[in-house]
Amino acid sequence: MPKTAIQAVGLSKWFGEGEARTDAVRDLSLEAYFGEMLYVVGPSGSGKTTMLSMISGILRPNAGTVKIEEREIWSLSNDELADFRLHKIGFVFQDYHLFPRLTTAENVAIPLILQNRDWDEAIKEAALNLEIVGLKSRTELPPVKLSGGEQQRVAIARAIVSRPDILILDEPTASLDGDTGRSIVGFVRAHILSEQRCIVIVTHDSRIYEFADRILKMEDGRIMAVERGELDAQ
Amino acid sequence: MPGILRIAFRLLVNDRAKFAALLVGITFAVFLMIEMTSLFSGILSRSSATVINIGASIWVMDPAVQTVANSIPLPDYVLDEVRSIPGVKYAVPLYSGAALLKLRDGTYQSASVLGLDDTSLFGRPMLVAGNIQDIFAENAFIAVKDSEFYKLQNPKIGTEFELNDHRGVIVGIAEVASSGLFGTPTLYTTYSRALQYIPNTRFTISYLLVEPKTAGDVASIKRQVANSGYLALTKDEFIEKIANFYKYQTGIGTNMLLMTLISFVIGLSISGQTFYTFILENLDKFGALKAIGAKGRELISMILFQATFVALTGYGIGVGLCSLLIWIARLYLPDYAAIITYVNLFLAFAMVTVIAAISSYVGVRKVLTIEPFDIFRG
Repeated sequence: MPKTAIQAVGLSKWFGEGEARTDAVRDLSLEAYFGEMLYVVGPSGSGKTTMLSMISGILRPNAGTVKIEEREIWSLSNDELADFRLHKIGFVFQDYHLFPRLTTAENVAIPLILQNRDWDEAIKEAALNLEIVGLKSRTELPPVKLSGGEQQRVAIARAIVSRPDILILDEPTASLDGDTGRSIVGFVRAHILSEQRCIVIVTHDSRIYEFADRILKMEDGRIMAVERGELDAQ
Repeated sequence: MPGILRIAFRLLVNDRAKFAALLVGITFAVFLMIEMTSLFSGILSRSSATVINIGASIWVMDPAVQTVANSIPLPDYVLDEVRSIPGVKYAVPLYSGAALLKLRDGTYQSASVLGLDDTSLFGRPMLVAGNIQDIFAENAFIAVKDSEFYKLQNPKIGTEFELNDHRGVIVGIAEVASSGLFGTPTLYTTYSRALQYIPNTRFTISYLLVEPKTAGDVASIKRQVANSGYLALTKDEFIEKIANFYKYQTGIGTNMLLMTLISFVIGLSISGQTFYTFILENLDKFGALKAIGAKGRELISMILFQATFVALTGYGIGVGLCSLLIWIARLYLPDYAAIITYVNLFLAFAMVTVIAAISSYVGVRKVLTIEPFDIFRG
């Protein structure tokens, strides 16, 4: 039995009050396991991003609990939660959100710098992680000088540099062409996923379903189906 | 430097266009603020030049006197009365007036003339050429080598001129601490010669210069002089009175204050707007930092550091530029009245601090309101 990385129970989130209330996520429960690459798919407005934000300690739910490695994250204070995210969770954002005025190495080193690691040591560690994602020769370049695929790899290097247990990828292929998207996710599957790490990916892109261990299909804030990988074959 | 501040520094300086705009805004504002206040300080300092140069502890005058240049003559008996006040060590008369000189080449030049007490020569300037005893010689005058000296055609000892059809001879060249405000050269002579050469009213004493026996006697001297219907002011009080006149009754102070405020508003507009744009452009990145695990106080420290760095750098460059301009101006314009005082520097620093505080407040508010969730939503 694989060890549980994330356990969400009865999660609900709504925005607005009264007649303006919109239920984004309704009584949702899920588990994600170490060594697993879990996809969350569904149409726009189905609550994927809201759910992702709640299980990663970014958006406080109106109801329900989230445990990561047996720890109830929403009982933590804001500072504790920020620390928890910094040490336990790596994020790859849809638009990468890299600082254009920093070098790629400096961008990658940010989580380590936030952990108060020595600057030179952090840059050295960042360079090693850029090497892992195949961008060894790009350490001194600003992100704007890189292609979309390379920027995505920089974002991945930033997400893994602090050795987080959980990796959250939000629409990792949205800005990439099909081949590049597949190669990036294939790379993540082959080199980043491990028995000690759980990867959760929110995506619309059916071309990368083949890399999933499980696929949660969301609609109207609920999980409608749990599939194994190879959903695209259906 | 902590890593988070190093990131803030690199984000700031690597955005060269905005960094330059921020620096220009602050530098320009500091330059204008210091220039304006320095000019005003220069004017105020020069307006009290006679008080500073004579150096008497207490000045007795008519209560209606507003500036040292516009004295109201005192009757002679006031001198005797003041000398009789207990606590007065000594009291001497001073003549302060203006005269029209006819120089060797026939040109006319107005000049300020100070007549020193014949017995003590109290308030005499420091001579750089000549002998002070020569002031008692026939037609003797001492010329002050200040920024107006050249208007006397750079006289030497022995240079002659005419003053109200009297012959005058330069017997000494002196230096003083401060040049006058009105652009006229200054001559020193004895009190009696000043009265003899320059047409006067019935009363002839411009000011009484008083030295108290002890500092504790000043209050009683002032009180007793007031009882006689006159005004006794310490040197600092007289300088302040003159400064207040120029500040509040001539419009110079108001105009300078307005210009300084306009400089402040310009600096605030340029820097505030640029800094706000800088924050807006990086807002999603700050949100990403928050999502990754940066705490609110770390983001605040980044913004405060950036604002402080820009403010201090701009302040330094602004002060340097202003000092350079004043130095160059003095090379070519000896009359240029501008003094950078600690008060000017502090005032400009305070205004720059306000600019940085307002700019960073706007930035901090914006950054603290961004939710990491917004980053996910795109």
